[in-house]
Amino acid sequence: MRVSMKVDGVTYEDEVEPRTLLTHHLRDGLGRVGTPIGCDTSNCGSCTVSIDGESVKSCSVLAVQAAGADITTIQGLAEGSEWHPVQKAFQQHHGLQCGYCTPGMIMASVDLLTRNPSPTEDEVRHGLEGNLCRCTGYQNIVKAVLSAASELRGEGPIAGSFRDADEPVPATSGASS
Amino acid sequence: MIPAQFDYVAPTTLAEAIAALGAAGEDAKILAGGQSLIPVLRLRLAFPTTLIDLSRVSELRGVGEDGDVLVIGAMTKHSDVIEDPLVRQYAALLSEATSTVADPAVRHRGTFGGALAHADPAGDLAAVALALDAELVAEGPGGRRTIAAKDFFVDYLETSLSPDEILAAVRIPKLTGDWGVRYEKFNRVAQAWAIVGVATAVRTEGGSIAEARIGLTNMGSTPVRPHSVEAALVGASTREQVVAAAASAADGTNPPSDLGAKADYRQHLARVLTARAVSQAAGITS
Repeated sequence: MRVSMKVDGVTYEDEVEPRTLLTHHLRDGLGRVGTPIGCDTSNCGSCTVSIDGESVKSCSVLAVQAAGADITTIQGLAEGSEWHPVQKAFQQHHGLQCGYCTPGMIMASVDLLTRNPSPTEDEVRHGLEGNLCRCTGYQNIVKAVLSAASELRGEGPIAGSFRDADEPVPATSGASS
Repeated sequence: MIPAQFDYVAPTTLAEAIAALGAAGEDAKILAGGQSLIPVLRLRLAFPTTLIDLSRVSELRGVGEDGDVLVIGAMTKHSDVIEDPLVRQYAALLSEATSTVADPAVRHRGTFGGALAHADPAGDLAAVALALDAELVAEGPGGRRTIAAKDFFVDYLETSLSPDEILAAVRIPKLTGDWGVRYEKFNRVAQAWAIVGVATAVRTEGGSIAEARIGLTNMGSTPVRPHSVEAALVGASTREQVVAAAASAADGTNPPSDLGAKADYRQHLARVLTARAVSQAAGITS
Protein backbone atom coordinates (compact mmCIF):
# COMPACT_ATOMS: atom_id res chain seq x y z
CA MET A 1 0.00 0.00 0.00
CA ARG A 2 1.10 3.55 -0.73
CA VAL A 3 1.35 5.36 2.60
CA SER A 4 2.20 8.96 3.29
CA MET A 5 2.98 10.31 6.74
CA LYS A 6 4.75 13.23 8.30
CA VAL A 7 7.55 12.24 10.65
CA ASP A 8 9.41 14.90 12.64
CA GLY A 9 8.33 17.55 10.17
CA VAL A 10 9.24 15.69 6.98
CA THR A 11 6.62 14.06 4.75
CA TYR A 12 7.48 10.58 3.50
CA GLU A 13 5.60 8.52 0.97
CA ASP A 14 6.40 4.84 0.71
CA GLU A 15 5.12 1.48 -0.35
CA VAL A 16 4.32 -0.38 2.88
CA GLU A 17 3.16 -3.92 3.50
CA PRO A 18 0.00 -3.92 5.65
CA ARG A 19 1.65 -6.12 8.28
CA THR A 20 4.51 -3.67 8.86
CA LEU A 21 4.42 -2.26 12.37
CA LEU A 22 4.85 1.50 12.63
CA THR A 23 7.98 1.02 14.70
CA HIS A 24 9.57 -1.12 11.96
CA HIS A 25 8.56 1.39 9.30
CA LEU A 26 10.15 4.23 11.27
CA ARG A 27 13.37 2.31 11.87
CA ASP A 28 13.84 0.17 8.79
CA GLY A 29 11.78 2.07 6.22
CA LEU A 30 12.67 5.65 7.14
CA GLY A 31 15.95 5.07 8.96
CA ARG A 32 14.74 6.93 12.02
CA VAL A 33 16.32 4.62 14.56
CA GLY A 34 15.99 6.92 17.56
CA THR A 35 12.88 4.93 18.51
CA PRO A 36 14.02 1.57 19.92
CA ILE A 37 12.07 -1.68 20.16
CA GLY A 38 12.22 -3.06 23.66
CA CYS A 39 9.77 -5.93 23.94
CA ASP A 40 7.30 -7.99 21.97
CA THR A 41 4.44 -7.64 24.41
CA SER A 42 3.45 -3.92 24.38
CA ASN A 43 4.60 -3.63 27.99
CA CYS A 44 7.82 -1.66 27.91
CA GLY A 45 6.91 1.57 26.14
CA SER A 46 10.39 2.17 24.75
CA CYS A 47 8.92 2.61 21.25
CA THR A 48 6.52 5.38 22.36
CA VAL A 49 6.01 8.11 19.76
CA SER A 50 3.40 10.81 19.34
CA ILE A 51 0.72 10.42 16.66
CA ASP A 52 -1.32 13.58 16.08
CA GLY A 53 -0.42 14.77 19.56
CA GLU A 54 -1.13 11.56 21.46
CA SER A 55 1.46 9.14 22.85
CA VAL A 56 1.20 5.62 21.43
CA LYS A 57 3.31 2.49 21.45
CA SER A 58 4.51 2.28 17.86
CA CYS A 59 4.85 -1.51 18.11
CA SER A 60 1.06 -1.72 18.54
CA VAL A 61 0.12 0.35 15.51
CA LEU A 62 0.36 -0.72 11.88
CA ALA A 63 2.20 1.68 9.60
CA VAL A 64 -0.82 1.73 7.29
CA GLN A 65 -2.96 2.95 10.20
CA ALA A 66 -0.71 5.99 10.48
CA ALA A 67 -1.39 7.05 6.88
CA GLY A 68 -1.87 10.81 6.84
CA ALA A 69 -0.73 11.18 10.44
CA ASP A 70 1.65 13.69 11.94
CA ILE A 71 4.22 11.76 13.96
CA THR A 72 6.84 13.05 16.36
CA THR A 73 9.65 10.79 17.56
CA ILE A 74 12.41 11.50 20.02
CA GLN A 75 14.43 12.78 17.04
CA GLY A 76 11.92 15.53 16.36
CA LEU A 77 11.68 17.00 19.86
CA ALA A 78 14.67 19.35 19.81
CA GLU A 79 14.40 22.73 18.11
CA GLY A 80 17.58 22.85 16.04
CA SER A 81 20.43 22.43 18.50
CA GLU A 82 18.20 23.36 21.46
CA TRP A 83 16.97 20.36 23.41
CA HIS A 84 13.37 20.08 24.52
CA PRO A 85 13.03 20.99 28.24
CA VAL A 86 12.20 17.35 29.04
CA GLN A 87 15.36 16.16 27.28
CA LYS A 88 17.36 18.77 29.16
CA ALA A 89 15.87 17.70 32.48
CA PHE A 90 16.66 14.02 31.86
CA GLN A 91 20.27 14.98 31.18
CA GLN A 92 20.50 17.32 34.15
CA HIS A 93 18.94 14.92 36.65
CA HIS A 94 20.58 11.84 35.23
CA GLY A 95 17.16 10.37 34.38
CA LEU A 96 18.75 7.45 32.59
CA GLN A 97 21.25 4.68 33.16
CA CYS A 98 21.67 2.46 30.10
CA GLY A 99 19.45 4.82 28.07
CA TYR A 100 17.38 2.19 26.28
CA CYS A 101 14.04 3.26 27.72
CA THR A 102 14.88 6.96 27.47
CA PRO A 103 13.31 7.85 24.09
CA GLY A 104 9.99 6.27 25.13
CA MET A 105 10.24 7.64 28.64
CA ILE A 106 10.77 11.16 27.30
CA MET A 107 7.95 10.88 24.74
CA ALA A 108 5.56 9.62 27.42
CA SER A 109 6.68 12.41 29.76
CA VAL A 110 6.08 15.07 27.11
CA ASP A 111 2.57 13.68 26.61
CA LEU A 112 1.97 13.60 30.36
CA LEU A 113 3.07 17.23 30.81
CA THR A 114 0.91 18.38 27.88
CA ARG A 115 -2.14 16.99 29.66
CA ASN A 116 -1.10 17.78 33.20
CA PRO A 117 1.38 20.69 33.44
CA SER A 118 1.59 20.48 37.25
CA PRO A 119 1.71 16.80 38.16
CA THR A 120 2.42 15.54 41.66
CA GLU A 121 5.13 12.92 42.10
CA ASP A 122 2.39 10.30 42.33
CA GLU A 123 0.79 11.50 39.09
CA VAL A 124 4.15 11.29 37.33
CA ARG A 125 4.63 7.71 38.50
CA HIS A 126 1.11 6.75 37.38
CA GLY A 127 1.44 8.69 34.14
CA LEU A 128 4.57 6.72 33.23
CA GLU A 129 3.16 3.32 34.21
CA GLY A 130 3.36 2.17 30.59
CA ASN A 131 7.12 2.68 30.43
CA LEU A 132 9.58 0.34 32.04
CA CYS A 133 13.18 1.12 33.02
CA ARG A 134 14.97 -2.18 33.55
CA CYS A 135 17.85 -0.36 35.24
CA THR A 136 15.13 0.75 37.73
CA GLY A 137 16.28 4.34 37.42
CA TYR A 138 12.84 5.62 38.32
CA GLN A 139 13.85 8.05 41.11
CA ASN A 140 15.82 10.27 38.80
CA ILE A 141 13.33 9.88 35.96
CA VAL A 142 10.55 11.17 38.21
CA LYS A 143 12.82 13.97 39.44
CA ALA A 144 13.57 14.92 35.82
CA VAL A 145 9.90 15.03 34.86
CA LEU A 146 9.02 17.19 37.87
CA SER A 147 11.89 19.52 37.03
CA ALA A 148 10.83 19.73 33.38
CA ALA A 149 7.28 20.51 34.50
CA SER A 150 8.56 23.37 36.62
CA GLU A 151 10.72 24.64 33.75
CA LEU A 152 7.82 24.43 31.26
CA ARG A 153 5.61 26.38 33.68
CA GLY A 154 8.23 29.12 33.61
CA GLU A 155 9.32 28.51 37.20
CA GLY A 156 12.81 27.29 36.32
CA PRO A 157 14.28 23.84 36.82
CA ILE A 158 14.30 22.19 40.22
CA ALA A 159 17.62 22.54 42.00
CA GLY A 160 19.58 19.68 43.47
CA SER A 161 20.30 18.08 40.14
CA PHE A 162 22.89 15.38 39.58
CA ARG A 163 25.30 17.92 38.15
CA ASP A 164 25.00 20.58 40.85
CA ALA A 165 28.58 21.60 41.56
CA ASP A 166 27.74 23.49 44.75
CA GLU A 167 26.03 20.52 46.37
CA PRO A 168 28.06 19.49 49.43
CA VAL A 169 29.71 16.11 49.07
CA PRO A 170 28.10 13.78 51.60
CA ALA A 171 30.44 12.71 54.40
CA THR A 172 31.58 9.11 54.23
CA SER A 173 30.44 7.20 57.28
CA GLY A 174 33.21 6.70 59.78
CA ALA A 175 35.35 9.37 58.13
CA SER A 176 35.07 11.81 61.02
CA SER A 177 37.36 11.23 63.93
CA MET B 1 8.19 -10.23 15.73
CA ILE B 2 6.45 -9.43 12.47
CA PRO B 3 2.83 -10.47 11.89
CA ALA B 4 1.94 -12.95 9.14
CA GLN B 5 0.68 -11.43 5.88
CA PHE B 6 -2.88 -10.18 5.60
CA ASP B 7 -4.93 -7.90 3.39
CA TYR B 8 -5.92 -4.57 4.85
CA VAL B 9 -9.13 -2.63 4.25
CA ALA B 10 -9.94 0.75 5.79
CA PRO B 11 -13.58 1.60 5.10
CA THR B 12 -14.97 5.01 6.01
CA THR B 13 -18.61 4.07 6.70
CA LEU B 14 -20.19 1.30 8.76
CA ALA B 15 -22.08 0.06 5.67
CA GLU B 16 -18.79 -0.29 3.79
CA ALA B 17 -17.25 -2.08 6.75
CA ILE B 18 -20.10 -4.61 6.91
CA ALA B 19 -19.83 -5.20 3.17
CA ALA B 20 -16.05 -5.66 3.45
CA LEU B 21 -16.53 -8.12 6.31
CA GLY B 22 -19.01 -10.12 4.25
CA ALA B 23 -16.72 -10.13 1.21
CA ALA B 24 -13.58 -11.10 3.10
CA GLY B 25 -14.71 -14.55 4.17
CA GLU B 26 -14.55 -16.35 7.48
CA ASP B 27 -10.94 -15.59 8.38
CA ALA B 28 -11.40 -11.82 8.37
CA LYS B 29 -10.94 -9.89 11.57
CA ILE B 30 -12.16 -6.48 12.69
CA LEU B 31 -9.39 -4.11 13.80
CA ALA B 32 -10.62 -1.56 16.35
CA GLY B 33 -7.89 0.09 18.46
CA GLY B 34 -5.62 -2.88 17.94
CA GLN B 35 -4.16 -2.89 21.43
CA SER B 36 -5.06 -6.56 21.94
CA LEU B 37 -5.20 -7.70 18.32
CA ILE B 38 -1.88 -6.31 17.08
CA PRO B 39 0.13 -7.94 19.90
CA VAL B 40 -1.67 -11.21 19.12
CA LEU B 41 -0.76 -10.86 15.42
CA ARG B 42 2.79 -9.96 16.31
CA LEU B 43 3.16 -13.07 18.44
CA ARG B 44 1.59 -15.07 15.59
CA LEU B 45 -1.20 -16.37 17.76
CA ALA B 46 -3.73 -15.47 15.06
CA PHE B 47 -3.63 -15.53 11.26
CA PRO B 48 -6.49 -13.50 9.80
CA THR B 49 -6.49 -13.24 6.02
CA THR B 50 -7.99 -9.75 6.05
CA LEU B 51 -8.05 -6.96 8.61
CA ILE B 52 -10.93 -4.51 8.41
CA ASP B 53 -9.78 -1.36 10.18
CA LEU B 54 -12.64 0.67 11.67
CA SER B 55 -10.47 3.62 12.72
CA ARG B 56 -11.60 5.75 9.80
CA VAL B 57 -15.32 5.12 10.37
CA SER B 58 -16.15 8.39 12.10
CA GLU B 59 -19.81 7.49 12.72
CA LEU B 60 -18.63 4.90 15.25
CA ARG B 61 -16.92 7.48 17.46
CA GLY B 62 -18.27 9.77 20.11
CA VAL B 63 -20.74 9.91 23.00
CA GLY B 64 -24.33 11.06 22.67
CA GLU B 65 -27.70 10.87 24.40
CA ASP B 66 -30.95 9.20 23.46
CA GLY B 67 -33.40 10.29 26.14
CA ASP B 68 -32.42 8.55 29.35
CA VAL B 69 -29.78 6.43 27.64
CA LEU B 70 -26.14 7.24 26.98
CA VAL B 71 -24.99 6.08 23.54
CA ILE B 72 -21.26 5.46 23.17
CA GLY B 73 -19.85 4.72 19.73
CA ALA B 74 -17.96 1.44 19.68
CA MET B 75 -14.80 3.12 18.34
CA THR B 76 -14.67 5.76 21.06
CA LYS B 77 -11.17 5.63 22.50
CA HIS B 78 -10.62 4.90 26.18
CA SER B 79 -8.95 8.29 26.68
CA ASP B 80 -12.06 10.00 25.26
CA VAL B 81 -14.45 7.89 27.38
CA ILE B 82 -12.54 8.90 30.54
CA GLU B 83 -12.74 12.61 29.76
CA ASP B 84 -16.28 12.72 28.36
CA PRO B 85 -18.56 14.98 30.45
CA LEU B 86 -21.69 12.90 29.71
CA VAL B 87 -19.96 9.69 30.77
CA ARG B 88 -18.70 11.38 33.93
CA GLN B 89 -22.18 12.61 34.75
CA TYR B 90 -24.28 9.54 33.93
CA ALA B 91 -21.89 6.59 33.95
CA ALA B 92 -19.07 7.63 36.27
CA LEU B 93 -18.31 3.98 36.97
CA LEU B 94 -17.30 3.53 33.33
CA SER B 95 -15.04 6.57 33.44
CA GLU B 96 -13.36 5.35 36.63
CA ALA B 97 -12.87 1.77 35.43
CA THR B 98 -11.58 2.90 32.02
CA SER B 99 -8.90 5.03 33.69
CA THR B 100 -7.44 1.80 35.12
CA VAL B 101 -7.16 0.06 31.72
CA ALA B 102 -3.51 -0.56 30.76
CA ASP B 103 -1.55 2.72 30.48
CA PRO B 104 -1.98 6.16 28.86
CA ALA B 105 -0.47 5.21 25.49
CA VAL B 106 -2.69 2.14 25.18
CA ARG B 107 -5.73 4.20 26.22
CA HIS B 108 -5.00 6.61 23.36
CA ARG B 109 -5.58 3.78 20.86
CA GLY B 110 -7.79 1.19 22.57
CA THR B 111 -11.55 1.52 22.18
CA PHE B 112 -14.57 0.77 24.38
CA GLY B 113 -16.27 -1.38 21.76
CA GLY B 114 -13.07 -3.18 20.89
CA ALA B 115 -12.50 -4.12 24.51
CA LEU B 116 -16.06 -5.48 24.85
CA ALA B 117 -15.99 -7.40 21.57
CA HIS B 118 -12.62 -8.92 22.52
CA ALA B 119 -14.37 -10.27 25.65
CA ASP B 120 -11.28 -11.03 27.67
CA PRO B 121 -12.61 -12.02 31.11
CA ALA B 122 -9.68 -10.15 32.70
CA GLY B 123 -10.65 -6.95 30.85
CA ASP B 124 -12.13 -4.28 33.11
CA LEU B 125 -14.99 -2.96 31.03
CA ALA B 126 -17.19 -6.02 30.54
CA ALA B 127 -18.02 -6.12 34.24
CA VAL B 128 -18.97 -2.44 34.07
CA ALA B 129 -21.22 -3.02 31.05
CA LEU B 130 -22.89 -5.88 32.89
CA ALA B 131 -23.36 -3.96 36.13
CA LEU B 132 -24.82 -0.94 34.32
CA ASP B 133 -27.29 -3.07 32.27
CA ALA B 134 -25.70 -1.91 29.03
CA GLU B 135 -27.13 -2.94 25.67
CA LEU B 136 -24.85 -3.64 22.75
CA VAL B 137 -25.93 -2.57 19.31
CA ALA B 138 -24.73 -4.91 16.57
CA GLU B 139 -25.09 -4.23 12.88
CA GLY B 140 -24.79 -6.74 10.08
CA PRO B 141 -26.17 -7.43 6.60
CA GLY B 142 -29.51 -8.32 8.19
CA GLY B 143 -29.76 -4.95 9.94
CA ARG B 144 -29.40 -3.78 13.48
CA ARG B 145 -30.10 -5.66 16.70
CA THR B 146 -29.65 -4.95 20.35
CA ILE B 147 -28.11 -7.46 22.74
CA ALA B 148 -28.29 -7.16 26.53
CA ALA B 149 -24.87 -7.28 28.19
CA LYS B 150 -25.88 -10.42 30.11
CA ASP B 151 -26.44 -12.20 26.78
CA PHE B 152 -23.46 -10.68 24.99
CA PHE B 153 -20.62 -12.36 26.87
CA VAL B 154 -20.83 -16.05 26.04
CA ASP B 155 -17.46 -17.54 27.01
CA TYR B 156 -13.73 -16.85 27.13
CA LEU B 157 -13.04 -14.39 24.25
CA GLU B 158 -16.45 -15.24 22.81
CA THR B 159 -19.49 -13.02 22.35
CA SER B 160 -22.91 -13.48 20.78
CA LEU B 161 -21.95 -11.31 17.80
CA SER B 162 -22.37 -13.23 14.55
CA PRO B 163 -19.29 -13.47 12.33
CA ASP B 164 -20.91 -11.03 9.87
CA GLU B 165 -21.84 -8.44 12.50
CA ILE B 166 -19.95 -5.42 13.83
CA LEU B 167 -20.45 -3.88 17.25
CA ALA B 168 -21.59 -0.33 16.47
CA ALA B 169 -22.50 1.25 19.80
CA VAL B 170 -23.10 0.63 23.47
CA ARG B 171 -26.25 1.96 25.14
CA ILE B 172 -26.03 2.57 28.86
CA PRO B 173 -29.09 3.63 30.87
CA LYS B 174 -28.18 6.88 32.68
CA LEU B 175 -27.74 6.67 36.40
CA THR B 176 -29.62 9.58 37.94
CA GLY B 177 -30.06 10.23 41.63
CA ASP B 178 -27.63 9.77 44.46
CA TRP B 179 -25.28 7.13 43.04
CA GLY B 180 -21.75 6.49 44.20
CA VAL B 181 -19.36 4.35 42.16
CA ARG B 182 -16.14 2.47 42.65
CA TYR B 183 -13.97 0.12 40.59
CA GLU B 184 -11.69 -1.90 42.84
CA LYS B 185 -8.96 -3.48 40.77
CA PHE B 186 -6.49 -5.85 42.35
CA ASN B 187 -3.21 -6.37 40.55
CA ARG B 188 0.39 -6.61 41.60
CA VAL B 189 2.19 -4.36 39.15
CA ALA B 190 1.43 -1.29 37.06
CA GLN B 191 -0.44 -1.84 33.76
CA ALA B 192 -1.19 -5.49 34.65
CA TRP B 193 -4.52 -7.17 34.08
CA ALA B 194 -6.89 -7.37 37.02
CA ILE B 195 -6.37 -10.51 39.10
CA VAL B 196 -9.89 -9.68 40.26
CA GLY B 197 -11.87 -6.49 39.72
CA VAL B 198 -15.14 -5.36 41.27
CA ALA B 199 -17.29 -2.69 39.60
CA THR B 200 -19.98 -1.19 41.79
CA ALA B 201 -22.60 1.51 41.55
CA VAL B 202 -24.62 2.12 44.70
CA ARG B 203 -27.62 4.39 45.27
CA THR B 204 -28.12 5.56 48.81
CA GLU B 205 -31.15 7.04 50.52
CA GLY B 206 -30.74 8.64 53.93
CA GLY B 207 -27.44 6.90 54.62
CA SER B 208 -28.46 3.37 53.71
CA ILE B 209 -28.17 1.46 50.47
CA ALA B 210 -31.31 1.53 48.33
CA GLU B 211 -29.94 -0.15 45.21
CA ALA B 212 -26.65 -1.80 44.30
CA ARG B 213 -25.17 -2.94 40.98
CA ILE B 214 -22.10 -5.14 40.93
CA GLY B 215 -19.99 -6.67 38.18
CA LEU B 216 -17.01 -8.95 38.79
CA THR B 217 -13.93 -9.06 36.53
CA ASN B 218 -11.91 -12.26 36.02
CA MET B 219 -14.10 -14.47 38.21
CA GLY B 220 -15.00 -16.84 35.38
CA SER B 221 -14.93 -17.07 31.60
CA THR B 222 -17.40 -14.17 31.40
CA PRO B 223 -18.07 -11.22 33.72
CA VAL B 224 -20.24 -12.12 36.71
CA ARG B 225 -23.19 -10.25 38.21
CA PRO B 226 -23.73 -11.39 41.83
CA HIS B 227 -27.45 -10.64 42.11
CA SER B 228 -27.73 -12.20 45.58
CA VAL B 229 -25.19 -9.71 46.95
CA GLU B 230 -27.02 -6.82 45.30
CA ALA B 231 -30.27 -7.92 46.98
CA ALA B 232 -28.61 -8.50 50.36
CA LEU B 233 -27.09 -5.01 50.32
CA VAL B 234 -30.44 -3.22 50.23
CA GLY B 235 -30.94 -1.50 53.56
CA ALA B 236 -27.30 -1.85 54.64
CA SER B 237 -25.89 1.21 56.38
CA THR B 238 -22.89 -0.09 58.32
CA ARG B 239 -19.58 -1.58 57.28
CA GLU B 240 -20.49 -4.79 59.11
CA GLN B 241 -23.70 -5.19 57.10
CA VAL B 242 -21.82 -4.55 53.84
CA VAL B 243 -19.20 -7.16 54.71
CA ALA B 244 -21.94 -9.68 55.60
CA ALA B 245 -23.70 -9.10 52.26
CA ALA B 246 -20.40 -9.30 50.33
CA ALA B 247 -19.62 -12.68 51.88
CA SER B 248 -21.57 -14.40 49.11
CA ALA B 249 -19.89 -12.49 46.28
CA ALA B 250 -17.96 -15.55 45.11
CA ASP B 251 -20.85 -18.03 45.44
CA GLY B 252 -21.31 -20.06 42.29
CA THR B 253 -18.27 -18.56 40.57
CA ASN B 254 -15.67 -20.61 38.76
CA PRO B 255 -12.59 -18.38 38.52
CA PRO B 256 -9.39 -19.47 36.77
CA SER B 257 -6.23 -20.68 38.50
CA ASP B 258 -3.20 -19.25 36.76
CA LEU B 259 0.11 -17.50 37.41
CA GLY B 260 -1.74 -14.52 38.87
CA ALA B 261 -3.66 -16.41 41.54
CA LYS B 262 -5.33 -19.68 42.47
CA ALA B 263 -9.10 -19.91 42.17
CA ASP B 264 -9.74 -19.95 45.94
CA TYR B 265 -7.65 -16.82 46.39
CA ARG B 266 -9.65 -15.10 43.65
CA GLN B 267 -12.85 -16.03 45.50
CA HIS B 268 -11.41 -14.53 48.67
CA LEU B 269 -10.51 -11.38 46.75
CA ALA B 270 -14.01 -11.14 45.28
CA ARG B 271 -15.53 -11.05 48.78
CA VAL B 272 -13.02 -8.57 50.20
CA LEU B 273 -12.99 -6.27 47.19
CA THR B 274 -16.78 -6.26 46.91
CA ALA B 275 -17.07 -5.09 50.52
CA ARG B 276 -14.39 -2.49 49.91
CA ALA B 277 -15.89 -1.21 46.65
CA VAL B 278 -19.46 -1.03 47.99
CA SER B 279 -18.39 0.72 51.21
CA GLN B 280 -16.47 3.31 49.27
CA ALA B 281 -19.20 3.83 46.66
CA ALA B 282 -21.84 4.24 49.39
CA GLY B 283 -19.62 6.38 51.62
CA ILE B 284 -19.97 3.88 54.47
CA THR B 285 -16.88 4.11 56.65
CA SER B 286 -17.87 2.40 59.89
